[in-house]
Parts: sequence; structure tokens; C-alpha cells
Amino acid sequence: MANVFAFVETRGTDVRKVGLEAVTAARMLAEKSGGGEVHALLLGPPGIAAKAAQVGQYGADTVIVVEHAGLANYSPEVATATAADRIKSGDYRAAVFSTSAQGRDLAPRVAARLGVSVVTDVLSFEIEGDSIVVRHPMNIGKVIATIAIGAKPAIIAMRPNVIAPVQNAKAGRVENAQPSIDPATARVKVIETRQGGGGKLDLAEAPVVIAGGRGLKAAENFKLVEDLASAFGNAAVGATRAVTDDGWRPHSDQIGQTGRLVSPELYIAVGISGAVQHLAGMRTSKTIVAVNKDKDAPIFKVADYGIVGDVFEVIPALTAAVREAKKHH
Amino acid sequence: MKIAVCVKRVPDMDVRFRIGADNVSVDEAGLKFDINDFDAWAVEAALKLKDKNAGSEVTVISLGPDVVQETIRKALSMGADRGIHLKAEKVPFDGLAIAKALSAELKTGGYDLILFGKMSPDSSNGVVGPMAAELLGLPCVTAISSLEIADGKGTAKRELEGAQEIVEFPLPAVLTVDEGLNAARLPSLKGIMAAKKKPLEAKPAQLAEPQVTVRKLELPPERKAGRVVGEGAAAVPELVRLLQTEAKVL
Repeated sequence: MANVFAFVETRGTDVRKVGLEAVTAARMLAEKSGGGEVHALLLGPPGIAAKAAQVGQYGADTVIVVEHAGLANYSPEVATATAADRIKSGDYRAAVFSTSAQGRDLAPRVAARLGVSVVTDVLSFEIEGDSIVVRHPMNIGKVIATIAIGAKPAIIAMRPNVIAPVQNAKAGRVENAQPSIDPATARVKVIETRQGGGGKLDLAEAPVVIAGGRGLKAAENFKLVEDLASAFGNAAVGATRAVTDDGWRPHSDQIGQTGRLVSPELYIAVGISGAVQHLAGMRTSKTIVAVNKDKDAPIFKVADYGIVGDVFEVIPALTAAVREAKKHH
Repeated sequence: MKIAVCVKRVPDMDVRFRIGADNVSVDEAGLKFDINDFDAWAVEAALKLKDKNAGSEVTVISLGPDVVQETIRKALSMGADRGIHLKAEKVPFDGLAIAKALSAELKTGGYDLILFGKMSPDSSNGVVGPMAAELLGLPCVTAISSLEIADGKGTAKRELEGAQEIVEFPLPAVLTVDEGLNAARLPSLKGIMAAKKKPLEAKPAQLAEPQVTVRKLELPPERKAGRVVGEGAAAVPELVRLLQTEAKVL
């Protein structure tokens, strides 16, 4: 039996889905080690304390709430110091983070401060004796490594979307705490967080991803992709590297080897040929649909369902059909 | 400015990998190697700063077997001034072991800025830069897609999921570079000739015992062969039916 620490990622006063996934993963690790407690750290500006109950619902026995007016934006130094101090004092078997932009920044800092190693982009985990054994994609997902972590605590960062957050209500005892350092004294300061399009679902979290490529011919034709995404209602819009290099879409929308990795339930590739660099970012999607006018495009080799045809005819028809199907639900 | 850039030699990813006989490494036969893209962008960022700040020096550091000297020479041919090769038989997976070896070297250099690529595609772990920053006790901003430096202070932009952060930091600092910061210049013929004469110092890497070990590598299961449902808008009803009844995603 051993306790497990979870870092709950927030943005402003919202808990992000990856934060609940980390709590769920920590719960699973605690159960696998014979039923320990999960202690979750929830760090944010005034108002974040109201989210402690939600974190308890997903399996935290204790929610350590650190509320501070200086935490309206992510503070890497405050988060590192506070998480590391808490982990050090708690004799944890493992500490779970998220492989998000914030988690990729935070988990290695915390691990280094604790003098232990870290594995990011974790797909699954098991406890084997004194080791926690994880699976981790290498070589842009073309190789899967099984890695044994001997260090204690084992620090892992879960890949988003591989563990569904599961409600498993625990006490969710709230313990109020102070940040380990005063946010005003941090050397690195996030002075602004600029939100992209209001309420837009994130690529890594969306159950459906619609991505557009050069086959759309011009930036304004991404409206076709956006319309299809809005027909689904739970879809995010992505793009290929060619498209982001041309400035049709921001770099943050790029799916691929050097961009975002996504593994949604459904991935629809619109006018995308399927370059290796792109496939690296989406090949683990559960169902892949491709629409492309070139029947020999490599995307059709990985697509579960393909339509050979003009995206300007097929996508509006698909959008209408999806709207119709959603109506009957 | 004194700038250090840590670079890694990585295989080209546009191939079908084979697992080596030891089951814990990739068979390197036939693979092409080059500088990691993210690291090349970091070298470019350093060279841009050097262009703007007369008297600057860019040092390129790489850890690994003797062949990584080719990667260092590539960065020198782009315009970096000198190289340091930290000799190790192989590059371990353990990011902390790598960060310790690099920071032991970096802390002696008196650098104003230390740059890394945000990750390498082979190990795909992306932890060495921020770990080294922590070991060095330096301010750190990861995965930057824009950078301004003036009067001993920097401002950078980071791409988040559906948002961006604007970050301010003092120098000296550690930065890791994302795509979008800049494209990398190609070495000129003159640069390639000049690189041969630039200093490249080799010394043993101080690699700690790894805390994480790769037990085995496997190729992921192949996706089952794709199927074309039909042609043009006429195929849409069949696609929708399959998404509803077979894939159950609609």
C-alpha cells in the first residue's frame, strides 16, 4: 500500500480535463499498489478552491488547495517549488503529471529538484515489485518502449486522452496550503495568457479532430473544416505542417512529428496526403477517415474509411449528413 | 553574449524502424542521422542573437559517441564558434543522467543563455532542457515560439493548447525551442570549410547510473489496411452508416 501524488492542471479557475485524467491515473496506481491514498495538488487564483469537490469526485482522498492572487497565470517556479516540497514531505510511491504544454514544463523541473528521473507521454503503467513499468512511444510513435522506473517517487506524465477520467468519489478532504515561494519573487513570470478562440476545444482533448491540408487550396476554405467540426459539436480543428508553414493556421494547430500529437476517437483528414511527418501526430487515433481526390495518397493506407473525391463536394455533404445524424440522437 | 546550444544527433524518422538484436535499441543499419530539427532551430536562434550582438560567442555541446562530432561540425558550419563533445558510448534514455552530465559542463562556461531543442524525436521524452535548468538553478522557459532579448532581460511566447503565454525572464537563462521560432539556415560552402578549423574539445561525459531503463522496444501493431468506401459525395451516406454502426463514433 502506498500513497500517490497527482498534479491537477488548471487554467485560470478551471480544472483541465488532463488534470482529472492525472487524478484518475493516480487512483489506478494507488489501487494497484494495494489501496493507498491519492493526494492531489490544486494550484490557482482565488476561486480555484471551489473546484476541490470536483477533484474529490475523481478519486482524490486529499485535495491540497493553494489559492493565491499571484497565480492567475501559470508560474513555473511556484508550481515547481510547491509540488516538489509536497512530494518530498509525503513519502509517495509515484507522482502523476500530464503531458500537456504545462506538464511538459513542470514535471521535469519537479523531478530534477527531487533528484529523480521522469518519463513523459506515458501510455500505460503497471507496478512490478520495486519498479513502475510504463509504456512510452519513441521515434515519433513508430517504436513503443517498455521502461522500468526504479526511482522513488516514480515521476510520470500521462499522455492526454489515454485514460478517461473516471468518477470514483473519495473523501476529497480539503487541506489549504500556501505556495512554497511568493509568486511575486519568481524570476520567470507569465505576464499574460492569451486565449485562442473562445470555448474552442483543445486538439489533445477533443474526442473528434478534423484536420485540413493543402487540398483545401486556401486559408479561407478552412471554413469547410470548421463547419464540419461544428456539426459534430465535440470536435477540434487541426492542420498539417504545410498549412501552418504557409500561415493559413497558427503553428499551435499543427498535428505531426514537430507539432501536436492527437489520438481522438475519430480523426477526419480533409485534403491531406498523409506525409510521414503528419501521420506521426495522428496514427494512434481510434478511427481515421480520409477524404482526398488522389486515390493513391498515402493517407488512404492508414484510413479506416476513405472517400476518393473533391473535398469541396464531399465535406459539405458530410457536414449536412452529420448534422442530420446528430438531430436524431 | 556567451551562448551555449545543446544538440543531439538523431536518426531520420522517415523510415520503417527495426528493433536491434538486444531488443532495447533500434537497429541503426541503414539509418541516416542528422542534427535534431528542434536543436537546429535553437542553433539558428543563437546565431541570430550573435548577429545582433557583436562579440558574442556560440558554443555547441553534444553528448554521445564519436560520431556526434559530425553533428557539432554541422552546427559550426552554420556559424557557431566552438564545440564541446562529451564522450559517452551511447546516449542513455534517462533524461536526468543526461541533464547532470550537460549541466556539469554548462556550469563552468559562464553562459548568458543556454538553448536546447524542446525535445528529440528518438527518445521523445523532452525533459533534458528544464532538468538542466533546475540543476543549474537558472530561470527557464520551455517550448518558446518567439524570443526578444534586450538589456539583460528576455520576453518569449509559448504555445499552449488553445492559448499562448507571454513570459518574461532575466538572464542568464535556459530556453527550449519549439517550431515556429525560426527556420534554420543551411551551412554555406564557406561555412563548411571554416568549420573544419574551429575548435572542438572532447572530454568524457560524467554520466550517472540511470534510474530508468528501457526493458524492451516493440513495433506498434499495424493499423488494419484502409478501405475506400466510395467516390465523391455519393459515398457520404455509406460513410455515415459505417461511422454509426461499425466504428460507433457518430
